[in-house]
Amino acid sequence: MRRILQVYFGTKELKVLDPMENIQMIELAHGGGGRLARSLVRDEILSRFGDGPLRNLPDAAVLASLKGKAVFTTDSYVVQPLEFPGGDIGKLAVHGSVNDVAVCGAKPLWLSVAIIVEEGLPLATFRRVLDSIRAAADDSGVTVVTGDTKVVPHGQADGLYITTACVGELIEGFNLDVSLIRPGDAILVSGTIGDHGMAVMAARHHLFTKDGPESDTAPVHRLIAEIAPFAKDVHFMRDPTRGGLSAVLNEIVDDRSVDVILRETEIPISPPVRSASDILGIDPLHSACEGRIVLFCAQSVADAVLSAWKRLPEGRHSSRIGTVVEGRGRVIMETSAGGRRLVDLPRGELLPRIC
Amino acid sequence: MKYLREFHDPATAAALAKELAYAGNSFARSGRSAVIMEVCGTHTMAIARHGIRSLLPPNIQLISGPGCPVCVTEPGYIDTAIELARRGVIVVTFGDLLAVPGSESSLANARAAGARIVVCYSPAETLRIAAQHQNSEVVFLAVGFETTIAPIVSTLEAASKNGVKNLSFLTAFKRVIPAMKALVSDTSNRIDAFLCPGHVSAIIGVEPYQEIATSGIPCVIAGFEPIDILQALLKLVDMVKNKEASVINLYSRVVRQRGNPKAQELIDTFLVPSAARWRGLGEIPDSGFSFRETWRHFDAEARHGVRIPEGRQYRGCLCGEIVKGKIPPEQCSHFGRKCTPESPVGPCMVSSEGTCAAYYKYISVQRS
Ligand code: SF4
Repeated sequence: MRRILQVYFGTKELKVLDPMENIQMIELAHGGGGRLARSLVRDEILSRFGDGPLRNLPDAAVLASLKGKAVFTTDSYVVQPLEFPGGDIGKLAVHGSVNDVAVCGAKPLWLSVAIIVEEGLPLATFRRVLDSIRAAADDSGVTVVTGDTKVVPHGQADGLYITTACVGELIEGFNLDVSLIRPGDAILVSGTIGDHGMAVMAARHHLFTKDGPESDTAPVHRLIAEIAPFAKDVHFMRDPTRGGLSAVLNEIVDDRSVDVILRETEIPISPPVRSASDILGIDPLHSACEGRIVLFCAQSVADAVLSAWKRLPEGRHSSRIGTVVEGRGRVIMETSAGGRRLVDLPRGELLPRIC
Repeated sequence: MKYLREFHDPATAAALAKELAYAGNSFARSGRSAVIMEVCGTHTMAIARHGIRSLLPPNIQLISGPGCPVCVTEPGYIDTAIELARRGVIVVTFGDLLAVPGSESSLANARAAGARIVVCYSPAETLRIAAQHQNSEVVFLAVGFETTIAPIVSTLEAASKNGVKNLSFLTAFKRVIPAMKALVSDTSNRIDAFLCPGHVSAIIGVEPYQEIATSGIPCVIAGFEPIDILQALLKLVDMVKNKEASVINLYSRVVRQRGNPKAQELIDTFLVPSAARWRGLGEIPDSGFSFRETWRHFDAEARHGVRIPEGRQYRGCLCGEIVKGKIPPEQCSHFGRKCTPESPVGPCMVSSEGTCAAYYKYISVQRS
């Protein structure tokens, strides 16, 4: 068996499988409340997060009062593999909630992090994830104000699950609502699409040894802050996560008397995503982004928004990808070949095709 | 991959589409039309994705033949796979089979109920799964055409070389050429030309299509970029118009005259052509593969004492007629009503490569 694995997957895979190797792992007792649990909190959590409100491990966070309206969201994160090109579950869990708050036109401020760990997870993996939560929180301008860790027996979780919640403050001027979208609106994306979903898929199926797609997981709060001057002409924003661009657009036009017309030539897709999409038979439009914004705005400010975005590194590939017209709830693509096609909803789970 | 951009060039595509429209019009004046069948699921997908149908004049009709491996797989095959999973076998499958309805249930349902069903991208992943679960039996759902058969057989070879003991294959292999011949020989079908598969041809080569061309049906082998497809359609329409029939390979950047002899040899080492049942087309001699006697222990049917039955069909589903090109999807009374991509009745709607699914999306763009 060893040989086959070597033939097909190199030696890296073998390491993980070798039960004889002595690796430090998370044990059930780490969650028990005893000595091990205390050392886990002290050595792993406080060493990383103890410089702020978590210092004395309060039961709850006391937050400052806000001038503007508070924006609040929560989400749970499960992903396999836990670490993938361009990121890991920790980054994802921070960016996910931060971005949900940001695309409401808000400045993300505070974050809660609750982790469920499966017994047997290598301690080193756990540490890397914690490090990346800290780094992502710093990069996103949020403070982790409360959190929790639980350990469950082997087989009751897939390595590690994270739930985060984020509170932010509405930026003055933004008043976003899907009902404000009207014929004539321009549709913008802040960067290449499909990167995260394709990176995870490619990693799951061991597709590339190098030059494969990388997750775009990143905070979008700077992109939002940058366009605040045009806030009143921005009608709606979303982050195209699960289901990708196609799901978000379909959801937006669903049951409305508008169609979205996309121009294929304007949709930014990175070359590695394109080749992964060719190999897997998965449309990049169906593949999740974790650091992008889809924005609907009045034509009059479209160029200004784009040039504001392009000033930031995370916005350098931003593009105006289409227009809203009167219609009946369809998302239509004008293809690079000059044809037209319907951009449909992905069917639940993304699955690689046969050939 | 960069060179592929040139096969996307909008200006070239527009020029080709214009030429096609022109050819179609001059055709129409003489009261004629052309029915072109593509026999490759990836072509069906590409045609849909690039909106090729919207570029064709009405008298050039594109129909999808039995080229989607999921669409031609019988419900009995799914039933057998579910049965194996119920017995505790780890079933490894390509993603598209998951949602296909069997007689009563689907693999997705079985998985939700706790069966161990693992989705893979490449057959080689099965080796890893077999290695990780040495105390379980692992069965790979080996469906597909020559393109897919080649990597499956090389997985088989690796498994045998490395003495893997817990892996077998539930096969429903299909060969394209015998199916095309069967379609042509049934004179009640109307097919004027074939758009021939790119990937399959990379394995089998150009020569096998000769016999079909000799019987009067032009064949063009093409790639999957919009310009590949438009060029091929133009060639086919030309040949139909001039009543010529030959085999033209427009995909020589991938397809060699003799195909891939190494892959052919590998397939031949393990498998022999045998009769196969196609949903809709019935049994066609030599249109499948089975294991050579020496490799029987890899055959999941033999190893687990199961037999793929002829499962029930879906009531009122006309997939069979559709993959023969006899009727367009709209003529099925379920189309767009009871049967949609969200809640499919038949396999042609389940698979994103299926004719009904592709057609459904096309139609919704056309109606304004
Ligand atoms: S529309 Fe549905 S039921 Fe009718 S032939 Fe197609 S797949 Fe079968």
